[in-house]
Amino acid sequence: MKRLIALPLKKSAAIAFQSIRVRFFRSLVTTMSLVLAVAFLCYIQVSNDFAQSLLASGNIEARQILVKAGYDIEFGEQTIATSAKQRWIVILSLLVCIVGIINAQLMSVTERFREIGTMKCLGALDRFIVRLFILEALMQGLAGSVAGAVLGALAAAIASVSTFGLAALATTPWLSIVSSMLGAVAVGTSLSLLGVIYPALLAARMQPVEAMRVEQ
Amino acid sequence: MSSATIVRVSDVKKQFDLGKIVVEVLKGIDLEVEKGKYISIMGPSGSGKSTLFNMIGGLDKPTSGKVFIDEVDIAQLDAYELAWLRCRKIGYIFQTFNLIPVMTALENVTLPMTFAGLSNDDATERGMELLKQVGLDGRHAHKPSELSGGQQQRVAVARALANSPAIILADEPTGNLDLKTGEDIIDLLKTLSNEHQVTVISATHDYKMLNVSDQVIWIRDGVIDKIQERDELEIRTGGLENSHS
Repeated sequence: MKRLIALPLKKSAAIAFQSIRVRFFRSLVTTMSLVLAVAFLCYIQVSNDFAQSLLASGNIEARQILVKAGYDIEFGEQTIATSAKQRWIVILSLLVCIVGIINAQLMSVTERFREIGTMKCLGALDRFIVRLFILEALMQGLAGSVAGAVLGALAAAIASVSTFGLAALATTPWLSIVSSMLGAVAVGTSLSLLGVIYPALLAARMQPVEAMRVEQ
Repeated sequence: MSSATIVRVSDVKKQFDLGKIVVEVLKGIDLEVEKGKYISIMGPSGSGKSTLFNMIGGLDKPTSGKVFIDEVDIAQLDAYELAWLRCRKIGYIFQTFNLIPVMTALENVTLPMTFAGLSNDDATERGMELLKQVGLDGRHAHKPSELSGGQQQRVAVARALANSPAIILADEPTGNLDLKTGEDIIDLLKTLSNEHQVTVISATHDYKMLNVSDQVIWIRDGVIDKIQERDELEIRTGGLENSHS
């Protein structure tokens, strides 16, 4: 007799997606902090992309506008990097975000103790449970990060136009904007995955009998 | 094979360590359950019947003693084999139904079949068949929240039968149901266990269960008080039956 226990990836993805859909509001709240953090990250980077391209246009007027807008450009310098202060704020916001995600995921695990225990009684292996939570986090992470990246890039474009004038749009650095957005999506998705690891392991290690004992 | 032993419990003790005091819930239980029988474990709250039930189901490990299912000592099984046992050999029915709230009735029934490696189409076909057998024709797309307690328990019965288990473990299956619905569920369990040739072990303090049981095991204070065969039972549920009809 072949002792097989299986949960195909397609099926786990379907279950994870359904879980998110049914608890849509709760997922939305979990994802919201990620959206904001990624939007902020993306905003900073895309703003810099705009300033950079303006500087690279070699226009002397553009350089004055940039200096006026608060960018420290040494004479003859051709690149604008994110300042140390910006980096710190971004890192802090990402830290706050990951703590928020862990918190929300822990809540979601506690809420679903009985559900997880039932699945284990039906023969689910620990890794099925981990996989379900990771897939959920992946979906939430991707959706939230993409939304955040688009939001951040839009905000950066609007802010750049309002500080630099329409000249900013003339030299729109499409390529670097897209790569900044992709980078932000990657960071956001990894954060979401990082945040779910501990709660998912906690859920998977639980004994089914403990789960059954939980009053609801 | 009619008298084969499917479950053997040998000198099982279970202690719960509550920090300052150690509570001994099971004080040495010996038990043999024959294949195809309908067994009730009766006893008051706190007698240890749920604990014994969890041991038989492989949900909890005894402090000492052994539990054999099909002559396999379940303490020797690793996590993978235990999951396999829960998936293929045992069907669970709970007092609180424990359906997965985000899934439809059909998905709840097919989930264990998916774990067992059945293809989607086969699982769906068998799931529909089982739902029909428990009298839930046409309700397959309903979520648990859209079903009544009795209907939810019917879905749970169908789910327990999903992988044609050797044993169905029912922990107070009628505890959250009214008299009539509880009786329907008991009848259903009895009928299906005959049809599917499955051993039913049910922990309960519902006297309605006595009518259908082949054997009743009375537990008191962590030990077996007495074991009664069907013909020794004093059926005293007549009064109850009259009172609600």
